[in-house]
Amino acid sequence: MIFPTAPAPHVVAPDSVGRVMRIVLYALLPTVVLHVAFFGVGLLLQIALGSATALVTEAVALRLRRKPLEPFLKDGSAIVTATLLALCLPPLAPWWLIVSGTAFAILLAKHLYGGLGANPFNPAMVGYAVLLVSFPVQLLQWLPPAGMDIEHVKLTVGETIGAILTGSLPSRLTWDAVTSPTPLDALRTNLKMGMTMAEAQAAPIFGTLGGRGWEWINLATLAGGIALLALRIIRWHIPVAMLSAIVVCASLMYVVDPGAYAGPIFHLTSGASLLGAFFIATDPISAATSDRGRLIYGAGIGVLTYVIRTWGGYPDGVAFAVLLMNLSVPLIDRYTIPRIYGHAR
Amino acid sequence: MTSSQALRGGLRIEAHKQRSTKHHIRTASHSEHYVIPLDQHSGRPALPLVKVGEHVRMYQPIAQPAPGISAWLHAPASGEVVAIEPRPAPHRLGAPTLSIVIANDWCDEPFDNAAAIVSFEQISPKEACEHIARGGIVGLGGAAFPTANKLESSLCENGPQLLLNGAECEPYISCDEVLMRERAEDIVFGARALLHALCAPNCTIAIEDDVPEAQAALVKAIDKAGDSRIRIRVVPAIYPAGGERQLIATVFDAEVPHDGLPADIGVVCQNVGTAAAIARWLRDRQPLVSRIVTVTGDGVRDATNLETRIGTPFASLIADCGGYTERMSRLIMGGSMMGTPLPHDDLPVIKATNCIVAASALDLQPRGPEMPCIRCGACSQVCPAFLLPQQLYWYLQPFNGEQLERHGLLDCIECGCCDYVCPSQIPLAERFRESKPLLIRELDSRHNADAARARFYARNERLERLEAEHRAKLAEKRRPKSEPSSS
Repeated sequence: MIFPTAPAPHVVAPDSVGRVMRIVLYALLPTVVLHVAFFGVGLLLQIALGSATALVTEAVALRLRRKPLEPFLKDGSAIVTATLLALCLPPLAPWWLIVSGTAFAILLAKHLYGGLGANPFNPAMVGYAVLLVSFPVQLLQWLPPAGMDIEHVKLTVGETIGAILTGSLPSRLTWDAVTSPTPLDALRTNLKMGMTMAEAQAAPIFGTLGGRGWEWINLATLAGGIALLALRIIRWHIPVAMLSAIVVCASLMYVVDPGAYAGPIFHLTSGASLLGAFFIATDPISAATSDRGRLIYGAGIGVLTYVIRTWGGYPDGVAFAVLLMNLSVPLIDRYTIPRIYGHAR
Repeated sequence: MTSSQALRGGLRIEAHKQRSTKHHIRTASHSEHYVIPLDQHSGRPALPLVKVGEHVRMYQPIAQPAPGISAWLHAPASGEVVAIEPRPAPHRLGAPTLSIVIANDWCDEPFDNAAAIVSFEQISPKEACEHIARGGIVGLGGAAFPTANKLESSLCENGPQLLLNGAECEPYISCDEVLMRERAEDIVFGARALLHALCAPNCTIAIEDDVPEAQAALVKAIDKAGDSRIRIRVVPAIYPAGGERQLIATVFDAEVPHDGLPADIGVVCQNVGTAAAIARWLRDRQPLVSRIVTVTGDGVRDATNLETRIGTPFASLIADCGGYTERMSRLIMGGSMMGTPLPHDDLPVIKATNCIVAASALDLQPRGPEMPCIRCGACSQVCPAFLLPQQLYWYLQPFNGEQLERHGLLDCIECGCCDYVCPSQIPLAERFRESKPLLIRELDSRHNADAARARFYARNERLERLEAEHRAKLAEKRRPKSEPSSS
């Protein structure tokens, strides 16, 4: 009797990259639902456009690289990239923004470096950075969150699709009427205009914790992030380090001058702090890899995010902070190799 | 009895032991032929003492240890030596290995191993070591390291701490569990002999927290012996808690140096099966010619533990267990995590054969398609050597010897935990296993290159020095000649 042989171990856990990516997508659901509740269905179309682009670009890149299509199209990583990018774009952003951003992310940031597992930079953040640098105007055209007593600007589903695909609004509305800055952006502009913190935060787009609507979306993101932690898809080091760094920086500056700097709660619940901490910075491929390395990596992202937000010229700092720390990963990894069993302490 | 701190890393995986621990230990059917590979222990192959055609008696020494690390071999049955030739063996699947083949005459006529010992307490520790060597005793935990060699290298000033390893962490293997349950007295006897041979002050028997029956039996046997030097330490049932270095870390909260041995930190670790084998040799004068083998898995009809003579073919054990089931698909020697895959069952049981798994699809979890590493780090969370398997894997493609050395490829114990949890289904353990020899070769050649470079510089320096001396002498010679003309 001849038996087939395979090297040990003969039992492995039935896990897959696809499962990991699917769980990340499920964990984003609360964020997406609340986003839609506050900003309309635009996001869903953005995600659909982005995912379709991601899969097509992925297929083209795989074909060019002569790699098998099926396992890599099924792994879900391209969809995660597209969804994260879509969450960063204004809901009514024109279609070519998400399409070009996603295509750039998958083709240049991912496959040019060797595809899944080999990209040194977070593809979604590369896509976002390219769009932000190239089309800053379109990226600032956010909508006012629901519940602000400006129901007349509310778009129907058809009008939303029309706005994204054609770039034109129904005749009753103008872009100026429907758009509104994000809370982070509004705060920066108001402070630059010489307002005090209290005056700057009196605008209706500010809520109890951070931006109106945003605070709830961010709490949903937090819930999703905690689910990822509980399911052991991500580990605590990066989110805790990043959020702690933001809190420390924001608290320090707030104590120095509460009139000129927003407090830590505002920073946590505005912009992409929580999305960044749980879903973007935790992308293991482009992150540092040892526990200690991840603490340094996360803290670096937190500090840079605060610095760029507070003194930089962009509406949020997470994307550039992540990319800058991606750049430092080889260095961090080199100096944070854990002590091996039996080697000197 | 104290509970112990948890192992760092490792896996809580299903043990799959109940199937084989339902029954008492049975004696395996005797075989027509016994095949005894000469290199079945660590170190150098034993040297045959018998010739083809010679009649041997049961327990008779048939091979003696080569100088250095090696072990005695004894005849498991009386009969005729019919061949001394290369035969396939489970520990050398690449090529057949020189073996002594004995045809059983079914008389079991015993050989009188002279030098009967009344009591091991009456001989000196050194004599006890020598006597243990003559019993062909090797480590029965899997590595088959000659026990006497280990004891001799472990002797130290105040006597090392003796650790008996009963933490049988790998799934499917249950030979130590049934041994502790049914022959606890042998283990305690062996422990006392080892304490004497090592001049050790005390002995810790480590067992996992999921074998209460074995624990109770050991407690009873220790009480009966009335030896207060022997105590039990319960460790959490985590794979690979029973790895020698891992167990020492758990029990003594101390690490074995990466380039050293347990003896360097004053510990000697022996398997409980080895202790029982020592008892049988010292007390019953039966050398190591048989051991308990677990035969289990969904691919065999009646899983059980068999007292098996060394050299018995696997096929005979399978027949003793009712034969293969229709679902049988793979044969493994050892457990499901580190076991050796076997291509067929015409192989002899060796001293290191603790378990044979006849695995069906229910026992195996086939690997999914391999995907690229996403650096998730699940592997580094479970690595009991605290390595970063994701980085090792990265530096394997292309092979970067310098980084592999820094990241501790040679410290990998090949337990397969990283492999088990990898979502990308990468056969990490296998990659590391095959890469270690490459790294060792590279380090050797680098070492040689460094030595050559040092020699080259030393030579240049020497030549320069000679040259300078030569010039100085020349100058010295010229000076007296020119002096008269100038004056």
